[in-house]
Amino acid sequence: MIINGVTIDATFAEAFPMKATRAIITAQNEKWAMISAQAMTGFATSVIACGCEAGIERTLSPEETPDGRPGVAILIFAMGGKGLAKQLETRAGQCVLTSPTSALFAGIDSDKPIPLGKNLRYFGDGFQISKLIGGKRYWRVPVMDGEFLTEATTGQVDAVGGGNFLVLAQSQPQALAACEAAIEEMRKIPNVIMPFPGGVVRSGSKVGSKYKSLGASTNDAFCPTLKGITKTDLSADIESVMEIVIDGLTKEDIDKAMRVGMQAVCALGAKSGIKRISAGNYGGKLGPFHFHLQEILA
Amino acid sequence: MSALTLTLKYQPAQRVDMSPLTCNKLNGLNQAEIAALTLQNGKAKIRVAELFEISGDDSQNIVIKNSFEKLDFIGKELDGGNITIEGDAGAYCGISMKAGTITVNGNAGIFAACEMKKGFLTINGNTGDFLGGALPGNKMGMKGGMILVKGNAGERVGDHLRRGVILIEGNAGDYCGSRMTAGTIAVMGQVGKHLGYAMRRGTLLLWQQPKLPATFNDCGTHTLAFLPLLFASFKSLNSKFADSTAVFNRVQRFGGDMAEMGRGEVLVRI
Repeated sequence: MIINGVTIDATFAEAFPMKATRAIITAQNEKWAMISAQAMTGFATSVIACGCEAGIERTLSPEETPDGRPGVAILIFAMGGKGLAKQLETRAGQCVLTSPTSALFAGIDSDKPIPLGKNLRYFGDGFQISKLIGGKRYWRVPVMDGEFLTEATTGQVDAVGGGNFLVLAQSQPQALAACEAAIEEMRKIPNVIMPFPGGVVRSGSKVGSKYKSLGASTNDAFCPTLKGITKTDLSADIESVMEIVIDGLTKEDIDKAMRVGMQAVCALGAKSGIKRISAGNYGGKLGPFHFHLQEILA
Repeated sequence: MSALTLTLKYQPAQRVDMSPLTCNKLNGLNQAEIAALTLQNGKAKIRVAELFEISGDDSQNIVIKNSFEKLDFIGKELDGGNITIEGDAGAYCGISMKAGTITVNGNAGIFAACEMKKGFLTINGNTGDFLGGALPGNKMGMKGGMILVKGNAGERVGDHLRRGVILIEGNAGDYCGSRMTAGTIAVMGQVGKHLGYAMRRGTLLLWQQPKLPATFNDCGTHTLAFLPLLFASFKSLNSKFADSTAVFNRVQRFGGDMAEMGRGEVLVRI
């Protein structure tokens, strides 16, 4: 398949089941809600070393938030429910409780509640106040700027992590420009995050390493500087490859995000130096979710 | 199906225990079976048919017409369904109710919704003492649900309140919120003396400046984030509490009762 001069590989991205949750952070203004959200979703690019993958889903207008203030919705993904709960609580405690004027609310309902502010309340040292409003429990924790208001729990849902595609370009600036265009469109899709810095990862990995202590190492088949010395997947005219990784609440959400992302890349086309779009997989043996690039763009 | 309507034929001299006539207890009974039920009337037993004219067949929607202040225990342990009372209700209306709604289109007597667990009670008139309170000797009053009073309430509103919300559009008497363990009482009108007496935790939300006991300390003025959420939960009510002009988040906060554990609060609109 070739779109606007860009070759779409007949391959697929392979993704895994994850557990996810959404939280809503509000503050006096969008600036401070965003600061808190950025802190909470920081150092959360990959479960390999961060414990979770997290990102900002979108900003919320005052009409969309429980307390009528500007807010930000974040999504957190982890490999299991326990890990998710731990990451959520730790991050909420260090990044939202501490952030001036913030409040924290559940962003998703499910029959599996996980603690949001349920245990953060103990920071109140006995002065915390519980309020059951409309069937939901909230905690009011006295802090130095007033009160930290938090919902006790949020919902945990099954999700999908690791959707991806690779952008292969003639030069590094062209690869980055294409990824930026893709991310701009993908951020408009609800229920997904692109957890890497700016949504783009330049260090795609393969499973395994020559070093026993490492489970993953550089994807040498897509490293342009190794074209002549390894079993490469790159043609001579490709000088840079970048990847976009997508986590979503459902397979369909990732489908949508990949579609608009790849369409944005293709719109730039071969004249902008974009040669191919490919994807990372493990032969289809590890992850149950397969995203076939050509099917998505058909 | 039309609402099961019980129209009082005459006002008996002695009080009547109405607790057998709830939606859950009448579920599946036909008119003849309901007519044959007996109610305690003073020291005597009286058949429902002797006291009420019965019409309609939907036992999940009960209407009591010509009700007056000696019909006690209406909606006792109600576990779903709706009861509408045209006229006054006696004592213990909605006592220990677990679910459903009760609407009193008149006044209600003492101990209305005492030890209520869940559900919604509306009193369109006034109500007596111990609204949402605990029975004498018991340590726990209302444990959940919501009470809306459009008139005035008597003394000891929310005595030993454990959880739930009591909304009073009018005035509340002395000892409002006494011995509260938690929960919320909101009063738009005046409150009487000894507000929050021996209150442990919980919130008294007031529209008018009260005369506070010496055991409540001023914690200053604040903007509290939970108040918009609380008011938002009142939006669907047919009440002044649903009015957008009633919404505020700036309050003067008083902590107390310091003679008790002192984790309660009186929030006064500023």
